[in-house]
Amino acid sequence: MLKIITMEELIEQLKQEIIEALDLEDVKPDDFNADTPLFVEGLGLDSIDALELIVLLEKKYGLKIEDPQERRSILYSVRTMAEYITANRKE
Amino acid sequence: MPRRIFITGIGIVSAIGNNIEECLISLNSCKTGIATISRLQTAHNKIPAAEVKLSNEELISILDINEGKKFYSRTALLGMLAAKEALNYSNYKYNKTLRTGLISATTVGGMNFSEQYYKDLLSSDKHKEYIETFDCGDPAERIADFLKIKDYIATVSTACSSSANAIMIGARLIKNNIIDRALVGGTDALTKFTVNGFNSLEILDPTPCKPFDANRKGLTIGEGAAYLLIESEDIAEKQNIICELKGYSNANDAFHPTASSPEGQGAYLAMKHSLDMSSVEPSTIDYINAHGTGTDINDFSEGKAIEKLFSPNIPPVSSTKAFTGHTLGAAGAIEAVLSVLSIKNQMIYPNLHFSQPIKDLSFSPVTNLIKNVEIRNVLSNSFGFGGNNTSLLFSKC
Amino acid sequence: MAAFITSTACISPQNTSNSLGFPNEINEYSSNILKCVEPNYKDYINPLQLRRMSKILKMGLGASMICIKNDNQSNPDAIIVGTGLGCGEDLEKFLNSITDSNEQVLSPTPFIQSTHNMVAAQIAVVLKNHNYNMTYCHRGFSFEEALIDALMLINDGQAKSVLVGGIDEMTENNFKFFNYLDYWKKENISNLHLFEHNNSGSIAGEGACFFSIKAENSNNATCINDVSLFYKPQSNCEIEEKITSFLKKNNIEKEKLDLIILGMNGDNNFDSIYKHLIKEYFYSGSLLTNYKHLCGEYVTSSSFALWLADCILKDQYIPDVIKIDKFENKIVKNILIYNHYRNINHSLMLISLK
Repeated sequence: MLKIITMEELIEQLKQEIIEALDLEDVKPDDFNADTPLFVEGLGLDSIDALELIVLLEKKYGLKIEDPQERRSILYSVRTMAEYITANRKE
Repeated sequence: MPRRIFITGIGIVSAIGNNIEECLISLNSCKTGIATISRLQTAHNKIPAAEVKLSNEELISILDINEGKKFYSRTALLGMLAAKEALNYSNYKYNKTLRTGLISATTVGGMNFSEQYYKDLLSSDKHKEYIETFDCGDPAERIADFLKIKDYIATVSTACSSSANAIMIGARLIKNNIIDRALVGGTDALTKFTVNGFNSLEILDPTPCKPFDANRKGLTIGEGAAYLLIESEDIAEKQNIICELKGYSNANDAFHPTASSPEGQGAYLAMKHSLDMSSVEPSTIDYINAHGTGTDINDFSEGKAIEKLFSPNIPPVSSTKAFTGHTLGAAGAIEAVLSVLSIKNQMIYPNLHFSQPIKDLSFSPVTNLIKNVEIRNVLSNSFGFGGNNTSLLFSKC
Repeated sequence: MAAFITSTACISPQNTSNSLGFPNEINEYSSNILKCVEPNYKDYINPLQLRRMSKILKMGLGASMICIKNDNQSNPDAIIVGTGLGCGEDLEKFLNSITDSNEQVLSPTPFIQSTHNMVAAQIAVVLKNHNYNMTYCHRGFSFEEALIDALMLINDGQAKSVLVGGIDEMTENNFKFFNYLDYWKKENISNLHLFEHNNSGSIAGEGACFFSIKAENSNNATCINDVSLFYKPQSNCEIEEKITSFLKKNNIEKEKLDLIILGMNGDNNFDSIYKHLIKEYFYSGSLLTNYKHLCGEYVTSSSFALWLADCILKDQYIPDVIKIDKFENKIVKNILIYNHYRNINHSLMLISLK
């Protein structure tokens, strides 16, 4: 059974998972908050990172996102990812 | 004056045929080699691929290998078949006074064995005889030993431009008087490793690839091998000469490990430098055999580079990958052989599966087979991961 | 064909990465696998660019940046890498994930990074270098082929400066696999006593050695006169012929070779070739040295030998640890490196002070 966690907890957990998946440990952790844009002007992630995040969502949360438009909006920031997980996560 | 380089022999094995003659039949009848995966055991068996129609056992039998036949990787076997054809084509004879090299390319080496035995080998030495077939160097040494070539053996591995680079390097070794002639090309077998790799990058088209089409969805992976015998002008016998390798260049996109830059800087530089070194006027390029993988990024960026170099007079362009699939380390050599055949037979191949032009690109590829057309110069493009871009320029003699 | 080494960098199992020249202290290992002493890469590379990189990519990028820094040079006209086994760690990672996940949901990073030309490609990305970029992956020829390519580019006038490197890592799994084939000694030995064990097998190693090769001589740079390779010789006699014709081509007599670096690896199946040459072929006045007890045996170890030759010529200092028999140091102007990998891939390099 999945533990019920708050949005803030999910965000923290997700941050840790992203840091691990993308090997971000050395990249100025202060700049990295729930609303920082992950791509281009924010953290400067690239298309490969996007694929890694898709893999993360599928592996850890069982969520598969195919549509490129939808991907773009979900992967905008840690918060948008967390919101998507909360809304779509299966029990 | 640097020594001129002539092509005197060609050999090929691909999804559209096991030799030159069979490939020409498929090209003339516009028949693709792409079908659903049948030989390779993979969970992705719905994905189309361009497989060579021969099993390993059939290859071993055709090549008449008796000793240690279990330990020839599919990559080595495909390479041996195409390399042998290239030598036979040219009336090649062993000659003690001529230094002969083999410059071979591969990206997977003996991967068909590694993916089969790697896991078992972690816990036992049961399949240890396969270990020395895993690396990239193995296919070249197998081919060299099979054809008794000894004077310079090299393996190049620069992803999907590997065998175009092998051809260029062979030519430069001849010009630098390190060898007199060279068998140059590449070989790659279809493997679970590469199917899953390109699948994880989400660049495999679920249907047969559609290079330069607005609705392209990615590449179709293939397998095969091709080799060319190249000789310096001092030793090439006139009756054997098919055409000349006049230009070649490698340049780097230096943009991203996998994606090409939107403006195709590396591709532009590679084509431009090939033209510059050969003093061939852009207006005399009669055909461009494009890299044209069918991925979103490649075709757009290659198209932009072609525009930049040739606009407004863009020569006929087609990608033959809708015939052969993308054969990775063999692609540059397979397309070099097709470019040589384009000059020899004065024909241009259609870009299969094309229906809608790419928005923001000013040209469309050739969609019909064109015969009896004057082909003086052909530019053949091969681009790979790591921004590795190579163009070769073949010319009628 | 000749060119000059204006700068080097060496990441090896010895403390070579942060020193210019041969290190004062030698590292002793008690297992048969020698791993590199790695520098703090963040001193040379932006941490953002180090992200996601495996060990071999860091080693390659690190060594190339140190080499360029030592040279006060910004961007070479070409980047050429020789790597026999390429990016093994990522290749293994991706192979494992294919099996473990039954070909489902795979992270693409290890696939991308398993591509053999990723070291040369990443150097180009970091330097924003659009020039010639090549990778050779042919066992014990990989580094020599990269070097010959560099010499050709310079000879053709296509390049004035080339960054060339030899790089390989010894993953635990490759160590294990080659152990099945008896590449390594059965008993654990100290690397510093490698040549006292007269039996089968060697010790494994790894390294990343990069060189700035230039057309023009500056600051009495070391000259690479020539590089040559030969494949599967049939006899000691054929090996002698190859060396003789190589020296003849370069107009140098055996007697003029002040020092010879040999690729002995402690495996008596293969060292017999070197021992034969010492006894029957080489001039008795040539100083004899070897190096694989310092870096271990690996396919591109000849790049470590070239780094060593450069150190000797520049500093006119021959460390005792590389001497086969004790000898008094003397002035060294010409060095021959002869190495072979499993009696299949043989190579010769002639290096000198002009």
